[in-house]
Amino acid sequence: MDAVLDNRDLVVDAFTHTVLLFLLAGVMSLLLGTLLAAMRVGPVRSMRVFAAGYVTLVRNTPLVIVFIFFRYAAPKAGFNFNYVDIVWGDVRMNTFFAAAVAALTFYTASFVCEAIRSGVNAVPLGQAEAARAVGLPFGGTMTQVILPQAFRATVPPLASVQIALLKNTTVAGVFGVTEAAARLKIFTNDYATERLQLFLIFALVFVILVEILSFFAHRLERRWRIA
Amino acid sequence: MAASILFDAPGPKTVVRHRLYSLLTIAALAALFGFLLWRLYQKEQFTYEKWEAFVTPGYIEALIFNGLLVTLQMAFTAVIAAVLFGVVFGLGKLSDHGFVRWPCWAVVEFFRAVPVLLMMIFIFGVYGITRGDSGAYWSVVFALIVYNGAVLAEVFRAGILAVPKGQAEAAYAIGMRKTQVNMLILLPQAVKIMLPAIISQCVVALKDTSLGFAVAAPGLTNVGEAIYLEENNQIPTVMVLAAIYITVNLLLTWIATWVQKKFVGEKKLEVPMVGDATTEELPK
Repeated sequence: MDAVLDNRDLVVDAFTHTVLLFLLAGVMSLLLGTLLAAMRVGPVRSMRVFAAGYVTLVRNTPLVIVFIFFRYAAPKAGFNFNYVDIVWGDVRMNTFFAAAVAALTFYTASFVCEAIRSGVNAVPLGQAEAARAVGLPFGGTMTQVILPQAFRATVPPLASVQIALLKNTTVAGVFGVTEAAARLKIFTNDYATERLQLFLIFALVFVILVEILSFFAHRLERRWRIA
Repeated sequence: MAASILFDAPGPKTVVRHRLYSLLTIAALAALFGFLLWRLYQKEQFTYEKWEAFVTPGYIEALIFNGLLVTLQMAFTAVIAAVLFGVVFGLGKLSDHGFVRWPCWAVVEFFRAVPVLLMMIFIFGVYGITRGDSGAYWSVVFALIVYNGAVLAEVFRAGILAVPKGQAEAAYAIGMRKTQVNMLILLPQAVKIMLPAIISQCVVALKDTSLGFAVAAPGLTNVGEAIYLEENNQIPTVMVLAAIYITVNLLLTWIATWVQKKFVGEKKLEVPMVGDATTEELPK
């Protein structure tokens, strides 16, 4: 316990980085993923092919490889985040942090795209046909019938994707961001006798964070559920 | 595309408009990729020296034998052990006895919610660090076993619950005991429904073996790192590594789809997410 209690600041700091990575990459992956999903289910063929290709390639690449790409490979071609350096209290958002956010965003976006697509596919075709049959125009069909249902069907898979993202932020620890996993690694070296407690405390915080996320996902799901 | 719920089958005018959009998209993408390729060319990423490693027999051998095969071995060892773990805890979660059900539930929820990497770092710290290469290897495998095992436990549970209720009722009616019902009636049918999910989990395990990067475990990513550190050819290496992973994963996905079609049909298994309230329901 001492290791954590004596270094409260460091632990809080580590989890602040974790949460920040999650929030930034979460929002950006939702935006990029929605854009990809729109291309993926849209009527324009070349957009569909591109989005499908992106999803297939990125989804089957390990996150570590995506990280290596943004951290070590892309800078060789002159794509780096050296201009990013925001210091905000103890939180330091530098080029490593930005590379981590980029890797997590591009990786997670492919899963977001698939989650949204599966939500759209979950709406039966008859719903759209019925809406058209009663004379709703395109906008009405969309806003009154299809999107509300698709949106609801999308919540559980999207929540799973975001929970996975939260756990994936730990990979950033291997690539120069001092978040929870990196901090745990440092602690296990410095306080070898307290390894088990250290791990349990860090793991417990993750369990709590995951439970909070899934609690909100459930509330959304329940609130939007059609009777 | 007539079967999309999002839009009607396009008429002639719309078809022309969509074709225009399609061309514009292709032009934009071509410009983007052209720019990227030109940039790579400018930075001398297409020179022979950068790619030499991937036409040198020694390196190719290392990639295949020390890389791909070790990675596959790790992934499959982990998945096979994870299946056992999953059966035990999946059945445990369905037990009629609270003192079995609740611990199993806690174990599964815990391992599913804790990041694999955190687990890996911990196991490496207590077990692997003093045991060199094999220590790192088994740290990765153990971490993957408990994580994938917990996920598969949930899959097994969902699979068993997906077997029509009449099956178990009929089995009880002809006088089978609980173990017999589980082993002879429910599990064999559940396994069929779960096979695609288990194969898909192989993809997850295979991708997660690369997390061994954190503890310098052997495998494809490790060989790749050695290559780019020696040759300073990060971009070609990442491309080659990604290509290998993608190929193997697509093969696995293809097998999963084939199994789904062959043995299961349209029915998809619904596995609740971590912390899902439905996982806490008592079995009926």
